[in-house]
Amino acid sequence: MSGSAEAAPLRHTPLYDLHRSLGARLVAFAGYEMPVQYPSGIIAEHLHTRAKAGLFDVSHMGQIRLHGAGAAHAMEGLVPGDLQGLMPRHMRYTLLLNEAGGILDDLIATRVEDGVMLVVNAARKEADLAHITAHLDRAVAVEPRFERALLALQGPLAAAVLARLAGGVAKGVEQMAFMSAARATIAGAPCWVSRSGYTGEDGFELSMEAADAGGVAEALLREPEVAPIGLGARDTLRLEAGLCLYGHDIDETTTPVEAGLAWTIARNRRAAADFPGAATILRQLAERPSRKRVGIRPDGRAPAREGTPILDPAGNPVGRVTSGGFGPSVGAPVAMGYVDAAHATAGNALALVVRDVPRPAHVAPLPFVATRYYRPHP
Amino acid sequence: MPVTRFTKDHEWVRQEGEFAVVGITDYAQQQLGDVVYVELPEIGRRVEPGKEAAVVESAKAASEVYAPVSGEVVAVNDAIIGDPAKVNADAMGEGWFLKLRLADPKELDGLMDKAAYDAFVAEQH
Repeated sequence: MSGSAEAAPLRHTPLYDLHRSLGARLVAFAGYEMPVQYPSGIIAEHLHTRAKAGLFDVSHMGQIRLHGAGAAHAMEGLVPGDLQGLMPRHMRYTLLLNEAGGILDDLIATRVEDGVMLVVNAARKEADLAHITAHLDRAVAVEPRFERALLALQGPLAAAVLARLAGGVAKGVEQMAFMSAARATIAGAPCWVSRSGYTGEDGFELSMEAADAGGVAEALLREPEVAPIGLGARDTLRLEAGLCLYGHDIDETTTPVEAGLAWTIARNRRAAADFPGAATILRQLAERPSRKRVGIRPDGRAPAREGTPILDPAGNPVGRVTSGGFGPSVGAPVAMGYVDAAHATAGNALALVVRDVPRPAHVAPLPFVATRYYRPHP
Repeated sequence: MPVTRFTKDHEWVRQEGEFAVVGITDYAQQQLGDVVYVELPEIGRRVEPGKEAAVVESAKAASEVYAPVSGEVVAVNDAIIGDPAKVNADAMGEGWFLKLRLADPKELDGLMDKAAYDAFVAEQH
């Protein structure tokens, strides 16, 4: 239980003092000192988010603004998603790919009238910025906005809470569709609001100037449904929702097809085969990949953590766990990992080697908990 | 009055005649956070000081529980297998892990008493 020494001083988000005043336990994460949990603990925070509304500080993530009418077209040279087909103020989950089809990062891209906005992973933001800047046409200006704050309000009551505090959205924030964005004023502060998140629940992400973050966070926390939620519960929530964590479930050695993210490769982009790694990825799509990311449910109570070897019932190695732990809403351990394609069918029996003992498990459909994204009826 | 001693790895051991009950301290459960799983040794196993005797897993990570002293496991607390949160709720009582037949009760003298342990924990901050 000893803390590891850090080489560089840890950075703070604009909400650092608020986290401390709320009694957060702070840990080093992606170069920042971030709240892993508040006094109520990971399980209570997780269950609160699934029942009501949780407020997360994700200001460590990287916000990048691309300026120029050609930004969506230019950015398509780096990702397999259809960005030009996005309506303004609509967003898409996509992947930065290398020439081998490996995943450099996963990100959210939002089309705006005069460009594209990106939200990328904290640990990858400097590398992403360099990669994007090096590859984009000079007509597209790349502006890092790493100093901006980003909050996430997630849970079934998030829309009702935000509607109380937000002004300036024509039909009201509660009418916004999943994966759309709008300008709004929240607690007096100008914010960019998107209906998105990383929990499997309905919810919003709010981007704002650093100086406004404390006021917005405190206003949200004054609402009776809202509790502060740390990175510990953020991880268990996204794991139950079957969402990948970069550097764990996906990285430069995994392709979108192996990762079960082939749905991010747009039909017109497949036809054009004009994204990085297209040859490898299109071949995997046609021939099936040799391994796949799957959900795994241990049959017993022991959690299987990242790195746990996966065996077939005969004891042959068939893969490795990439994320795993206890799922508070499932009430049992859950995991994700890569297994040889022959073992990737839901219900298939596996064994997980935890503390040198093979323990029975089986392949389970993802997500572990049904997602509740808001999609209004037309 | 039973004697309770403490280790630097945050286990407690309470002597009851030729036996001793072992658990993790309240400080340890606070540091771990929500306990979601425990793995306890089989009855009859011989344990040695500083060697793994049990496993405790929180929402975040797995940790080893070391035997504070030598002995033979004569009982384990099945209640915390079914309800691991008992370790958080009452680490020094209902959240006990295992009971040993002491190999040498004098080994307890080498461990910290409550005052020394409290001072040790205070130094961790």
